[in-house]
Amino acid sequence: MNRETNTAELTGAEIFVRSLEQEGVDMVFGYPGGAVLHIYDALYRQKAVTHVLVRHEQGAVHAAEGYAKSTGRPGVALVTSGPGATNAVTGIADAYMDSVPLVIFSGQVNSNLIGNDAFQEVDTVGITRPCVKHNFLVKDVRDLAETIKKAFYIATSGRPGPVLVDVPKDVTAHKTAFHYPERVVMRSYNPTVKGHPGQIRKAVDLMLSARQPVLYTGGGVVLGDASETLTKLTRMLNFPITNTLMGLGGYPASDPQFLGMLGMHGTYEANMAMHHADVVIAIGARFDDRVTGNVEKFCPDAKIIHVDVDPSSISKNVVVDVPIVGQVDNVLRGMIEVLKGTERRPDPEALSAWWRQIEEWRAMDCLKYDRQSEVIKPQHVISELHRLTEGDAFVSSDVGQHQMWAAQFYGFDRPRRWINSGGLGTMGFGLPSAMGVQVAHPEATVACITGEASIQMCIQELSTCYQYMLPIKVVNLNNRYMGMVRQWQEFFYQGRYAMSYMDALPDFVKLAEAYGHVGMRIERPGDVEPALREALAMKDRLVFMDFITDETENVYPMVPAGAGQNEMILV
Amino acid sequence: MRRTISLLVENESGALSRIAGLFSARGYNIESLTVAPTDDPTLARMTLTTGGSDQVIEQIIKQLNKLIDVVKLQDLTENPHIEREMMMIKVLASGHLREEVKRLADIFRGRIIDVTADSFTIELTGTRDKLAAFIEALEGSAVKIREVVRSGTMGIARGELALRA
Repeated sequence: MNRETNTAELTGAEIFVRSLEQEGVDMVFGYPGGAVLHIYDALYRQKAVTHVLVRHEQGAVHAAEGYAKSTGRPGVALVTSGPGATNAVTGIADAYMDSVPLVIFSGQVNSNLIGNDAFQEVDTVGITRPCVKHNFLVKDVRDLAETIKKAFYIATSGRPGPVLVDVPKDVTAHKTAFHYPERVVMRSYNPTVKGHPGQIRKAVDLMLSARQPVLYTGGGVVLGDASETLTKLTRMLNFPITNTLMGLGGYPASDPQFLGMLGMHGTYEANMAMHHADVVIAIGARFDDRVTGNVEKFCPDAKIIHVDVDPSSISKNVVVDVPIVGQVDNVLRGMIEVLKGTERRPDPEALSAWWRQIEEWRAMDCLKYDRQSEVIKPQHVISELHRLTEGDAFVSSDVGQHQMWAAQFYGFDRPRRWINSGGLGTMGFGLPSAMGVQVAHPEATVACITGEASIQMCIQELSTCYQYMLPIKVVNLNNRYMGMVRQWQEFFYQGRYAMSYMDALPDFVKLAEAYGHVGMRIERPGDVEPALREALAMKDRLVFMDFITDETENVYPMVPAGAGQNEMILV
Repeated sequence: MRRTISLLVENESGALSRIAGLFSARGYNIESLTVAPTDDPTLARMTLTTGGSDQVIEQIIKQLNKLIDVVKLQDLTENPHIEREMMMIKVLASGHLREEVKRLADIFRGRIIDVTADSFTIELTGTRDKLAAFIEALEGSAVKIREVVRSGTMGIARGELALRA
């Protein structure tokens, strides 16, 4: 990075733009308004940073998330004060739950009006405090550059997360000399990077004594760019491995050691392996309730090793035996070094007996579905998408059944290809996050797997897609129900489908066309492949594919809430 | 178990709210909280008393440490330490009761800091239990308690151990 010292005085708005430039930011997702007009004027007068105009601030933050998740670089969003900031809150909370590195800039009313209930004033710092890694209110233009530097540093280091910077309008007009600090030192923030060598040796020792081990890895592997090291370690040990929803792509799905996803809609073999394991190696995963099921029944016979960069993730939900705080890649490298320095290997007979057991579970074929059906099965659509894109598309998803099917049937072989809202479960995430992916990877195939309920939560972003000609392939699995709600109502409310039916759906083909895109309606299983082929061939157009799917299809297996991992409902 | 945790935090607006917000968001209990700037004006020191199982306390400490504004933290309960709380208590007393109040204040080493014809205000420093005992003693007499102000607990480690940035 260039160190830049400029004695000429710049306005806060100019400092904002120059600071982004210094951070290497090439893309900002935003929406203008009164409090950020000086900033927009400064953006207008430069070329280094491209601004993508969304149609709703929630879309700006999700787009920034898609950008960040797919590139590994921080995403940046810019919104105005008041409603601009409150509209952004859902996206910010989403990024917080999934540890996405974002810097969100919000305009604020003039400093002298703060607290006066001024027009478009809200206490943005107060509202966002519980769902950001940190936030700042900049009160003096002389603090602006350093605050921006700190914001990027905090957002991208340690366990990443969203950082919000609230900037009053007058601060963007005031002038000062611009100096962007090369680095920041914060006495109160020093994330642990390296794992403790003694703990790493202890963990390896336990791994080598395991007879029925399983690796359980999460989003931390993807965020920490540790997939390669994880793959190397897993193959060295010949251990079975399962990924969380957030961890998909962290280990190649096509590899025989991969058991699929675990958890509420995880595979039979993954959940059974967890339940019967004697050593569980948790890496960059946080023992979420959707993974553990009933914690009282979770991994009853296992010693647990837990590697995480965030100390507060360790022993939060499940008490672990060997905690290691540190960056995942660094710790995994340490483990590999220890393994290289010893002749010891896990008992080969025990391990092959364990693999035989796992193969028996795998033979249950828990993801089977009716392939002869006369109506379109959603699983079939995703399998075909996987086949036709050779498993190498970027896939964003919304939230619900289609999300689980995407996770189960689109086998991700590479990290940062799977873009979804895991922790917060935000319907409306899919389309705007796909925009962020597509602008970051203009040549790549980006598919948004969604449903007719989720897509309507941020459908206005179809307009953004047209403005920037983002050729996203929208795969709408339209079963006329909020599918996951319907599934729970079928299983747990004796089929009382309260308010989960969409009585008045729009004609999605006409809607897509009204926004300037290509729309398709696909009603027969035989038309799935040709439609996908046709859509994927249209490299420069957004295609909205409305697949009319089986309205009674459910996601299996399912661990009901409160049950143990081995207590799955199977198809 | 009751714990007394000392924190050094950046003396900035919002720091207190982050800490209070953490406790309410995660369902932890705050029994008392005191806060004031230190000899270094950029730092404020807080003493926080809370309770919970060992696992909950471990989480509280980790979550507090995770806050960017928290510079350093010490669980005073783990080592020998001193705790003090201050109380100002206003009582209504006339006639022979005035002697009773003065006598009780003496026993508890309280100081009378304000007097009117019908009232006394007493300042008392000590552990939480001592202050509670004083209130109990007053309640056991015919004296009427008018107002109670307590500071919350402050704590410091015994010996040379210190919490410094």
